[in-house]
Amino acid sequence: MVTDWFTGDGDDFRLLGTRCSACASVFFPREDGHCRNPACGGGELAELPLSRRGRVWSYTDSRYRPPSPYVSDPELPWEPYALIAVELESERIVVLGQAVPGITVADLTVGMEVEVVPGVLGEDTETTWTTWHWRPTGVTA
Amino acid sequence: MTADVAVLGAGMHPWGKWGRGFVEYGTAAARAALADAGLEWRDIGSIVGADTVRGGYPGYVAGATFAKALGWQGARVASVYAACASGAQAVNAARAQILSGLADVVLVVGADAAPKGFFRPAGGERHDDPDWLRFRVLGATNPTYFGLYARRRMALYGDTPEDFAQVKVKNAALGALNPYARYRKRVSAEEVAASAVVADPLRLLDICATSDGGAALVLSSMEFARRRGAADPVRIRAVSTVTPRYPNTVLDLPDIATDSAATVTPPDETFRASIARAAYEEAGVGPEELSLAEVYDLSTALELQWYEDLRLCGEGEGAKLLREGATALGGRIPVNASGGLASFGEAVPAQAIAQVCELTWQLRGDAGDRQVAGARVGLTANQGLFGHGSAVLAVR
Repeated sequence: MVTDWFTGDGDDFRLLGTRCSACASVFFPREDGHCRNPACGGGELAELPLSRRGRVWSYTDSRYRPPSPYVSDPELPWEPYALIAVELESERIVVLGQAVPGITVADLTVGMEVEVVPGVLGEDTETTWTTWHWRPTGVTA
Repeated sequence: MTADVAVLGAGMHPWGKWGRGFVEYGTAAARAALADAGLEWRDIGSIVGADTVRGGYPGYVAGATFAKALGWQGARVASVYAACASGAQAVNAARAQILSGLADVVLVVGADAAPKGFFRPAGGERHDDPDWLRFRVLGATNPTYFGLYARRRMALYGDTPEDFAQVKVKNAALGALNPYARYRKRVSAEEVAASAVVADPLRLLDICATSDGGAALVLSSMEFARRRGAADPVRIRAVSTVTPRYPNTVLDLPDIATDSAATVTPPDETFRASIARAAYEEAGVGPEELSLAEVYDLSTALELQWYEDLRLCGEGEGAKLLREGATALGGRIPVNASGGLASFGEAVPAQAIAQVCELTWQLRGDAGDRQVAGARVGLTANQGLFGHGSAVLAVR
């Protein structure tokens, strides 16, 4: 659904951003048009895999079913998921994502280390939509 | 030469869920503002409409839609869209026309008929729309972001859910005194704590509702005001419409990620703080001179953030300022004497205009039971989706 925002499987899974060849600014979601640094004359934007691990900047959850275009089965009871904003140290960027299923706000603290893992956003009979999830390090489920 | 424009009239349609169209709310507010100014619609040389995107085609051309409803009379017309900052940009457009001499007197109108529940993006598959993407890819509603900010404050500053609840208690008590507010009932901390969690740690009563509503202002040159016998009107002295500066390091609605600060040093202040500073600088007024402020309390926790962004207190001291009673009616710097969004709910293009209506009534001494004694200087602040600043500073 989102083209080239992530790649790989298992331990090789990475979010994909881009980096400006002139000023080294990093962008996620990927910026393929122009470097957005106003002080930059503009350079080539090259694909850049982001750090796998970061620290929780903040977190919350979604106790009510979000409206469309979020896809969920209205026939099933709503299962809240946690959302985590994660600061990646070397990129100094905060990236929002859902937590892996089963992780609740009670499992999280600001500053905790998490890592990015592949996840499933949703599926129907024809398609499975994949995405990224954040998972506290040391949790393997 | 003064950079002031006069507020000759202010009017509102009461907020609520009325089940009618936004044109009706805006037209009612416009007629109220005209009556307050003692002017006829035919006296108005220019109209600026703040757009709603949920009214379909007419919503995108709000200025002309309101002009048609009031009766075509050939006025200069403009329509502006800047999400939650639409109202402030409409005020700014009117002010620019007045200060440049293009118009003597301008009617500014904003109104909305909001959907129930969560705001959602327009339909279709729109992969280039950040607002669509955050819903589709993450299920990140507006309260998601409010919850992130609230939790971050708890971690950084030690704010508690009880602190957040006290914002609602304060604002509900003020809204109970405002005939234009949707919710006119006091709320207790126990009621906040008993309401359902929406986005941890925030509960239903921590988060503003979506509402119908309308607000309008009649603005004029100081010379026009004097000719009409208004010797000492409320005056708008500054309108801040700034964008963020790169890199913006606070995760803002509707973004999935911040800018990276790896290679460019972030600005000394956040986007929200820069909105207020721009207004202070333009007006030549400091935070210590404020009599009151109207801020965008999309959530209770966000109101505390604004205290700091407006420099009413130091960073991390918002909850302390609240606990001291400084921001309550009778305190050193009352915030959201109108009752705020907690009492009104969001009617997006109307809200920033409604904030200026409240300042106008307060600075005139016409705010009834919720009057801030001796009010002379007021500031509004809000933030429009996608990086629109919004603050208006008014004086008497």
